[in-house]
Amino acid sequence: MIYRISRIASLTLFALLIIIPSTIVVFGSSKSDAEVYNKPLALPERWNLDNFRFLFEISNVGRTFINSVIVTGFSVTLTLILSSLCAFAISRMITVTGKVLFSLFAIGLAIPGQVNLVPIYLLFLDLGLSNKLSGLVLINIVTTLPISVFILTAFFRELPKEMFEVSEVDGATPWRVYRSIALPLSRPALGATAIFLFVITWNELLFPLLLITDNDKRTLPLALLSFRGEFFSNYSMIFTAVMVASVPMVIMYLLMQRSFIAGLTAGAVKG
Amino acid sequence: MGLPAALIFSIFYFIPFLANLRYSLTKWDRITEPEFVGLRNFVNLLTNDDLFYKVLGNNLRFTFLVVLFQTLFSLIFALFLVKNSRVNVALRTLFFFPTILSSISVGMIWLFMYDPNFGAVNLFFTRIGLEQFALNWLGSESSALYAIAFTQVWFHTGQMMVIYIAGLQQIPQELYEAAEMDGASRWQQFRNVTWPMSIPTTIVVMAYTTIQSFRAFDLIFAMTQGGPNSSSNIFAVLIYQTLFNELRIGYAAAQSIFFILLLVFVTVLQRKFLNSRYEK
Repeated sequence: MIYRISRIASLTLFALLIIIPSTIVVFGSSKSDAEVYNKPLALPERWNLDNFRFLFEISNVGRTFINSVIVTGFSVTLTLILSSLCAFAISRMITVTGKVLFSLFAIGLAIPGQVNLVPIYLLFLDLGLSNKLSGLVLINIVTTLPISVFILTAFFRELPKEMFEVSEVDGATPWRVYRSIALPLSRPALGATAIFLFVITWNELLFPLLLITDNDKRTLPLALLSFRGEFFSNYSMIFTAVMVASVPMVIMYLLMQRSFIAGLTAGAVKG
Repeated sequence: MGLPAALIFSIFYFIPFLANLRYSLTKWDRITEPEFVGLRNFVNLLTNDDLFYKVLGNNLRFTFLVVLFQTLFSLIFALFLVKNSRVNVALRTLFFFPTILSSISVGMIWLFMYDPNFGAVNLFFTRIGLEQFALNWLGSESSALYAIAFTQVWFHTGQMMVIYIAGLQQIPQELYEAAEMDGASRWQQFRNVTWPMSIPTTIVVMAYTTIQSFRAFDLIFAMTQGGPNSSSNIFAVLIYQTLFNELRIGYAAAQSIFFILLLVFVTVLQRKFLNSRYEK
């Protein structure tokens, strides 16, 4: 009895803790400031997109949205290509090279790339990669390589060895084995990794903050942060901006819950 | 085939890593030439920098609280939702939801929730007659770090819960059946079957949560920027501020090295502690 009551009570409490703030944000994007402050949880007096229109008019949030799409698209694709190649090499090489490669990325996993704040800032200034979307893509690849290599190596190692050996006997090159056997078989793992990378890259703040000063090169999280300064406590606008940044992710989450949950926990379980 | 990845990673991870060691031995503001100062930055940090110790304390407290509560809550919710019923699956989806948001969005949402005059948190405490808890959560030195820690736990408990559920579902059903035959209570079943069997998952959850808490830069930057009076500052934010606001490159580099040492220390400590439990 005590168990049942505490179960229902705690589940309800946490559910409310998630539903209430989300509702405030969704409703708030259709409200005026006064309405947000006085009746945060009430339905908006009138559903409308005025706040969105205003936001797109006065700021370059559209531009930053496109920047985020570009940076995330390239970062995720390139990381997947590089890490699947590398994971394939590691799982097929039982030799020293494989071990060295693996421990290289193991260090990167234990000590996240964020500790290199200072040298990366200076290096990117010297190389002229600051204020460039390509610079962001590059640093995203570097910080997400270790975890992707880990997830994919764990997956490749579970594939039956015979499949690879047979084709090697037939004289297939490693490149061919990778393309026509490993890649097709690892679709689910690649999908999970892609979602994982997509979420962390889309939401990344630290390196954009460090490397981007040009307004037209900002990504969404950076724009969101600056709105806090601009709108100060103008929460109807802040909530509208939060909606712009989150809605694409939420839609994808609702459409592909299973893959999202699998992807976002694969990183932890396999790592 | 692993060469391109290894090359890119070496150039943009290991070389900067080494460069950081070199910078930490200099005094440099990027305007004048770097000046070699030996270990002076490290000595200053350890002997003449109250802020450093404050941030160290904050960081340890933040990590401890987040790891403790996030692990505890995610385990509890996982136990409650382990069966694959329709309601449970829906609740899992809901609890997991915050994980997909960006830290900035989460920060903005909770800025409003904690607002001293209009926020839902204070509204709640006032309504239930606990006015003494209606504080300026993020604006006061005594509560800012805890308020952010709570948000961090809110943010990622669902993610860890899913990992626990996967672990719990691996526990053979026969163990519970045998325990029930022996007349074991729910608590005894947890104590003697669930908990020992879920230690490997606990190791994963705690390790991941630790790294996550060290990376809480985004959330803190969005909510308080480390304030008021550095009461919610952690290492990642401090390094950023030393680099950008003060332009002390060498000093920021030395701070990063302490950051790395702390990270390694906490991780090793945790592994030791949990592995000793595991072997018993």
